Amino acid sequence: MKMRTLHAAVLGLALGAAAPAMADLTIISFGGAAQQAQEKAFYQPFTQATGIKIHPGEYNGEQAKIKAMVMAGNVTWDLVEVESPELVRGCEEGLYEKIDFTKIGNKADFLPQAVNECGVGIFVWSVALAYDADKLPQAPTSWADFWDVKKFPGKRGLRKGAKYTLEFALLADGVPPQDVYKVLATKEGVDRAFAKLDQLKPHIQWWEAGAQPPQLLASGDLVMSAAYNGRIHAAQQEGKHLKVVWNQSIYDIDSWAIPKGDPNKAQALEFIRFASQPERQKAFSREISYGPTNLKALDGLDPKVLGELPSAPQNLAVALPMNTEFWVEHGEELEQRFNSWAAK
Amino acid sequence: MSDFAASASAIDGADPDLKRRMRRAERRRNLAYFALILPLALLVLVAFVWPIASLLVRAVENEGIHDNLPQTVAALRAWDGPELPDERVYRLLADELAQAKGTPKLAAIATRLNREEAGLRSLVMKTARHLPLPADVSAKEALIAIDPAWGEPPIWKTLKRAGHPFTAFYLLAALDLTVDAHGHVALAPPQERVYLDVLGRTFWMSFNVTLLCLLLGFPVAYLMAILPVNRSNLLMLFVLLPFWTSVLVRIAAWIVLLQNEGLVNRLLLSLGLIQSPLPMLFNRFSVYIGMIHILLPFMVLPLYSVMKGISPVYVRAALSLGCPPWRSFWTIYFPQTIPGVGAGVLLVFIMCMGYYITPALLGGPKEQMLSYFIAFYTNQTINWNMAAALSAILLTATLLLYAVYALRFGPTRVKFMKAR
Repeated sequence: MKMRTLHAAVLGLALGAAAPAMADLTIISFGGAAQQAQEKAFYQPFTQATGIKIHPGEYNGEQAKIKAMVMAGNVTWDLVEVESPELVRGCEEGLYEKIDFTKIGNKADFLPQAVNECGVGIFVWSVALAYDADKLPQAPTSWADFWDVKKFPGKRGLRKGAKYTLEFALLADGVPPQDVYKVLATKEGVDRAFAKLDQLKPHIQWWEAGAQPPQLLASGDLVMSAAYNGRIHAAQQEGKHLKVVWNQSIYDIDSWAIPKGDPNKAQALEFIRFASQPERQKAFSREISYGPTNLKALDGLDPKVLGELPSAPQNLAVALPMNTEFWVEHGEELEQRFNSWAAK
Repeated sequence: MSDFAASASAIDGADPDLKRRMRRAERRRNLAYFALILPLALLVLVAFVWPIASLLVRAVENEGIHDNLPQTVAALRAWDGPELPDERVYRLLADELAQAKGTPKLAAIATRLNREEAGLRSLVMKTARHLPLPADVSAKEALIAIDPAWGEPPIWKTLKRAGHPFTAFYLLAALDLTVDAHGHVALAPPQERVYLDVLGRTFWMSFNVTLLCLLLGFPVAYLMAILPVNRSNLLMLFVLLPFWTSVLVRIAAWIVLLQNEGLVNRLLLSLGLIQSPLPMLFNRFSVYIGMIHILLPFMVLPLYSVMKGISPVYVRAALSLGCPPWRSFWTIYFPQTIPGVGAGVLLVFIMCMGYYITPALLGGPKEQMLSYFIAFYTNQTINWNMAAALSAILLTATLLLYAVYALRFGPTRVKFMKAR
């Protein structure tokens, strides 16, 4: 009997001690240079400020993992970084918690695309033409140059998938940026994009992971590649002489989302609020050249840092925003056609 | 078993009590056997048969419409074009869409219809935004006012077709087939065809890898079988060492070796054999190299185990009777290795059929096999129906192949074992 009360007392003590301490947060992003920047700009300061430990993890954007978790009612990821089409689709399908923006900040401070029903923008990134300035005597300036194998002989890198690739093909074919998605929504437009890709097919080296283009450019396997601008910037920091062409680049936003049924939703929201503050966003953009979603973070940012960001006004002016609605609608059909085309 | 039956019949007509006792003993023994295999049987059932079966059911399941729009689907059953359905159907659809609005149900409906025809997703979403309708208006007119597409019969045909609880849509799509507007099965348009090619490629690449593994593995196994034990053990170590290394490590090693600035190219360049780097990575060549490297032990080991059991006496007898060496190998030795060849070929071939990671990392888009597309649909687009349909095709192909193997090699092997 005595033993039992003792046990109960110990147990009670343990529970009592555990209750006030907050649960740890598991945060999943795409890994690589961007996650290292998040570690420094968001995770470490957050742990210092709140005492909540963070377990970082990575994935490759596979929504299937989140769907399986939500369906099984066993959500172990508290926050995930998702791209816009996946956010919209996942929100409609009930994979993500709805977010009360009053807990995050003032809506008006953010880029309009960064405010969503189920997500809050983390940063603005872009896919742009990148090249090794040591290997090319003349700088390419547009996707038309990317397609010009006479002027710039050698292999080119494109992401293995329909997204961005079809847009670039139409841009190279002379479609004005504002009409790209209008043309791509028609059957003739899709045929036109694939016909343009046919011209370049023998010269294309496909890549899947964002880390590949800077490597392949630096090793001389590629002369030019479509690449995430932050990856190129990270390679520049390491002394590689890679350059980004902002003209005709495509930009989009990665967002935080909370899988439905997450037991630590309150802390996850608190983390999003913390990471969305101008100071944190500024720190992130200093680590890697992805743009802040909180517009206040642009104030007082070093012009040199600013010039390398997709959201710098001069870069935004010549870029094309990714059309999320278009890809949610046509993604499956176009990826199927792309697979069919690429496999032949 | 047959011995037992024979002895049981031998005592037919003898003491009936003894017979009963024997039968009871036999039953008890069978029960014991059964109890011994029960854990494994349960494991196979729970961890293998059940999940695979429940996954394969998804290949024909047609969720999305009939579960979320049950009344509309029921009402559409009586309708069969070409004129538009009546007001009641429009009203049911409007009501059910209004109910689904704001829930994952609406997304399920939209996603399913969008698979039939891209563009229907936004139609559903747009329609739902205008719902619910007031009770006193014509639902037909209201829906057509929201989008004229509701005033055309094709959308209703699509809705009816997608509303069946089961569908062959995914299985047909996995064989590059579609159902055309008249309800006939037809080949998909050429720019959308891919899986038949990929299935053929999966077979062709598996066949080549298996053949090369056999050609490379046979001499090694033979050497191991005839060498003295200490030397054959060393050889065995060389076979097994890569076997114990992680597949990913070995693939990464091949990337380092074969890339443009890799060891092989640099060596060839410095020797002056080539002027510019040979493209050896991300093509058929690198995939074959990687796959053969990984699968070779699966060929060598069964071959070796069979060869080890073949007595050298037969070949020696043939040679001493004047049969030329090649012929005595071919007619005396080789037939005895057939069970090993069969086992090795089957093992390697079936493993090849499901290969995913090696072609994904070492190949380009032209080297991807069926598993790549299963992973694509599972992870990227979360179209699990399509993933299940492709899995069903792959499983069927593999089982057919196994049936052929069992017919060809099964009885021989049994005869061989009986003879021993």
